[in-house]
Amino acid sequence: MKLKAMTALCATLAMAAPVVIAGGADDDTMVINGEIEMVTKTAAPEHMDNVSEIMSGWHFRSDETQALQLDDFDNPGMIFVDQAIDAWNTVEGSAEKACASCHEGPESMEGVRAVYPKWNESAGEVRTLAMQINDCRTNQMGAEPYKYDSVPMASMEALISVQSRGMPVNVAIDGPVAETWEQGKELYYTRTGQLELSCASCHEENYGNYIRADHLSQGQINGFPVYRLKNAKLNTAHGRFKGCVRDTRAETYSPGSPEFVALELYVASRGNGLSVEAPSVRN
Amino acid sequence: MKLTGLTAVVALCAGAAFAEPIAPGDVQYSEYGAVEASLSGAAGDPENGAAIMVNRGKGNCVACHAVTALSDAPFHGEVGPTLDGVGGYRSAEELRGIVANAKMTFEGSVMPAFYKTSGFIRPGDGYTGKAAKEEDLTPILTAQEVEDVVAFLMTLQDG
Ligand code: HEC
Ligand code: HEC
Repeated sequence: MKLKAMTALCATLAMAAPVVIAGGADDDTMVINGEIEMVTKTAAPEHMDNVSEIMSGWHFRSDETQALQLDDFDNPGMIFVDQAIDAWNTVEGSAEKACASCHEGPESMEGVRAVYPKWNESAGEVRTLAMQINDCRTNQMGAEPYKYDSVPMASMEALISVQSRGMPVNVAIDGPVAETWEQGKELYYTRTGQLELSCASCHEENYGNYIRADHLSQGQINGFPVYRLKNAKLNTAHGRFKGCVRDTRAETYSPGSPEFVALELYVASRGNGLSVEAPSVRN
Repeated sequence: MKLTGLTAVVALCAGAAFAEPIAPGDVQYSEYGAVEASLSGAAGDPENGAAIMVNRGKGNCVACHAVTALSDAPFHGEVGPTLDGVGGYRSAEELRGIVANAKMTFEGSVMPAFYKTSGFIRPGDGYTGKAAKEEDLTPILTAQEVEDVVAFLMTLQDG
């Protein structure tokens, strides 16, 4: 019995200092349409613990999936962007306005996606891009809000995001958003559900490793909304969060909930420095 | 649930035939996380253990661990160490403790506890994303299933 206890102790000690090999991410470079050079790996922002280099989820996908994102003619997400251009120009609601009535062309949205979620001074709240879109729809247009994680919402987010493609994500974490950011950080590290796993269990401690058939990435959201081959549509970040929390056998939060807004702010800030990639393609 | 203390005693004393399983809340872990007595009071069936390890709704152990003996099942994970040879360097008591609640052996482990029913944050109703209906969840594996998995792990002698 003495010997066994010793072995157990040795094994425990060996396990106590796991060598997390940040492997698995490939060294490919992403250039979109042969012209937009994308930053898909860079030094982690200072506010991030335990990770020295941040990487786009693109590096963890197969060559075939990666290739779909390199050219807009191959990227199925661009079909949704086209649909959103129609929505952009369509008059809706009691004010008889379209997005274009106030904002001219979608190009006017350049730079917007890179800094969201962000503080809205007049509303006194942290706003995601989806919240801002719905604020315009309800308060400016007198139209119905989009369902938070619906395809029309994801498509409009994609149209706005693509105007910032290649720009570095640069989400503010201090000042009025600091409290929300802390709340998001806390959620990121909370181990939920019967499997007692946090976002960090998978995307910080185990990125690069396979979990069943899936190659774990860092769970970055610089590529959202994402076209997933699995469900053949554009998916919002909150939709993805919900799926990941559900997979811990937990009660999830709802898309658009204050918890997921805080989590989005925190996760977005973990990608500060990566290029805006949306609409990206994943499996 | 009042009877559980007694049940545990019965399980320890009585032969396999009449033994009641030890309830998840009553499992005694040693200082290093090992569990001495069979949770079901009966011996494990290694063949069923192998089936549980590849079953997605049950152990799903291969999601995180590679096991050469189970290579018929696709897609073994890399989150945990390979289990080849684990029966050679770990005792059945240690393995029982690790499967029942690995956090008693490896502090802060990402490996889920398979024989634990309470103390969770936002427990869900299986994989539905909805809130759990009962206060105490059903353990992911039954007492006998834990024994079956341990019996299979003990067959992994070389690696
Ligand atoms: C049980 C493991 C697990 C947990 C816990 C988990 N995820 Fe995931 N997540 C995955 C897997 C598997 C994928 C698909 C492969 C990949 O992109 O990493 C994924 C994908 C993602 C993606 C898509 C990345 C991309 O590039 O498309 C995001 C974003 C994400 N997760 C965020 C989160 C957040 C936030 C949490 C916590 C609320 C979380 N995940 C918890 C397993 C997990
Ligand atoms: C979500 C991932 C995950 C799942 C699922 C999982 N494990 Fe583990 N397991 C681990 C990790 C990680 C370790 C290493 C201990 C540590 O550092 O936390 C481990 C360690 C072990 C060990 C100790 C190995 C040694 O070298 O001492 C055994 C035995 C084991 N697991 C068996 C199982 C069995 C059996 C199942 C299913 C019933 C299972 N595991 C499911 C992640 C997992």
